[in-house]
Amino acid sequence: MNNEIAIEASGLKKRFGETQALRGVDLTVPTGTILGVLGPNGAGKTTAVRILATLLRPDAGRAVIAGRDLHTDPVGVRGKIGLTGQYASVDEDLTGSENLRLLARLLEFSRAGAKARAAELLERFELSHAGGRAVKTYSGGMRRRLDLAASLIGRPEVLYLDEPTTGLDPHARNEVWQIVRGLVNDGVTVLLTTQYLEEADQLADRITVIDTGKVVADGRPDELKRRTGGQTLQVRPSTRADLEAVSRILTELTQQVPDRDDDTGLLTVPVSDPVLLSTVVRKLDDAGITADELALRLPSLDDVFLALTGHRTSQENDQNRQEALV
Amino acid sequence: MTTATMTAERTPAKLVSPAKLVKDSFAMAWRGVLKIRKNPEQLSDVTLMPILFLVMFGYIFGGAVQGSTEEYLQVFVPGLVVMITIMASMSAGISLNTDVSKGVFDRFRAMPIARSAPLVGAVVADFVRYVVGIGVLLGFAAILGFRITTDPLSTLAAVAIAIAFGLAFCWIAMFIGILVKSPGALAGIMMAIVMPFTFGSNVFVPTETMPDWLAAWSEISPVSLLADVMRGLLVDGGDITGPLLGSLAWMGALLAVFFPLTIRTYLRRLG
Repeated sequence: MNNEIAIEASGLKKRFGETQALRGVDLTVPTGTILGVLGPNGAGKTTAVRILATLLRPDAGRAVIAGRDLHTDPVGVRGKIGLTGQYASVDEDLTGSENLRLLARLLEFSRAGAKARAAELLERFELSHAGGRAVKTYSGGMRRRLDLAASLIGRPEVLYLDEPTTGLDPHARNEVWQIVRGLVNDGVTVLLTTQYLEEADQLADRITVIDTGKVVADGRPDELKRRTGGQTLQVRPSTRADLEAVSRILTELTQQVPDRDDDTGLLTVPVSDPVLLSTVVRKLDDAGITADELALRLPSLDDVFLALTGHRTSQENDQNRQEALV
Repeated sequence: MTTATMTAERTPAKLVSPAKLVKDSFAMAWRGVLKIRKNPEQLSDVTLMPILFLVMFGYIFGGAVQGSTEEYLQVFVPGLVVMITIMASMSAGISLNTDVSKGVFDRFRAMPIARSAPLVGAVVADFVRYVVGIGVLLGFAAILGFRITTDPLSTLAAVAIAIAFGLAFCWIAMFIGILVKSPGALAGIMMAIVMPFTFGSNVFVPTETMPDWLAAWSEISPVSLLADVMRGLLVDGGDITGPLLGSLAWMGALLAVFFPLTIRTYLRRLG
């Protein structure tokens, strides 16, 4: 990893009729890293990606992608990027192999070169067996893998993944995650939008949180979690009988009475000083108490989102058609 | 907003070369041909329409207009070549409309290719449709008694000119396909264009009995001009210089107006 910047966008604004989709968004992605753009439906994530992929013209703002200026050299930008949209943009009637070969031909591969590249990508994404079948017979996960393969034909330096796992089952989602991690190991820079907090946490080096067209927070996942408050200490003594004693020790150390879950036997208390953990271990040891679980946890990204935007992320999957279709 | 105006002016600065446009268009045309091969039912209109029209109009109008179906066919079939070409060209707009509303073009537009290539490619792929349409028409007409009385070279020239006209005329359909947002409205609008062009011509009946205004339109209508060219090349072998020049002028004009209009609307509508 070096210190070069692959995506540098500043002051992006876009209005659709009455809706101000973006109100001045800044994004910076160092080369070879993953930026997670996190936000609820309608936050402006897709609009931002479409602008950076030269599909939409911003009303204001500038961006440089892999050294190419979005305004003065859109063709240059297109030569450096790959795009996988929210809706798999592969041709249903054609086979997987034909889809890839068509794109390779457009990217100036020779006929034989296109065939070889298609076969190579089908192999890599475990689609070789289905390469000769029409895409309409593919499962959701296969389709998304083909879509990813399609965006990689030209060996892009920058890859945009717009909600790459929306609508996928957990298994297929994991496969996509593996692929994305592999790409970054190859040096590709990834901008990934998602409404899944877990996805951003799993994949991203940095996270930019967008809400109603504005950046509301930006930082490493652990920084963001820390920014919203302290950590929590969780202790579960091996025997219920020790609950009272452990509770007393925690109260003494943190000056707060821990939350006690009588069902699970778990004690939870907020802590400001992480060094406290070792003290707790020593005190428990001195008292001869063993614990099944003893952990210092950062708050979840869901907690972060609530703290930053004042509302939780929308868990329901009501696709904001407006954002996707404009 | 100064930034916005500045960017709007500067964006078209760098374009891909014309050679790349040709290559990309052919790649996109390959896509179109593949799609036709996978769904041959896409060709149902260009296979059924010629047969239907031949039977219907040949037998209904034949006796009334020309005295007999055989004689009528000699006048009517060359004109029908033009009509079938025009009807076949309309579907280009409908499939473009579907592609656009499905977002199929997003990936192409984010690639370093000629931006008009997806459109030009789709039009070029329709070549197959014209060949099939005209082939079925001439084949079935031959069964009914139509005879080409000129040489194969003239026949080939006639087919080539008809297809060229289709490739130019279809940009009207492409423009409407990109302009109209609801697919339901498309078919109606296409009909409203096809009807005056095809029936307001000398394809079905001689223009003598038409009111002056309609006859005047019919005289200069590209369909009449082209129908005369077809008759000259397929049947009577007469001089076609006048109507041919007129047809070529129409093709040039249609392309000059509707091609840039379509591309501009396409780029604007999609971003």
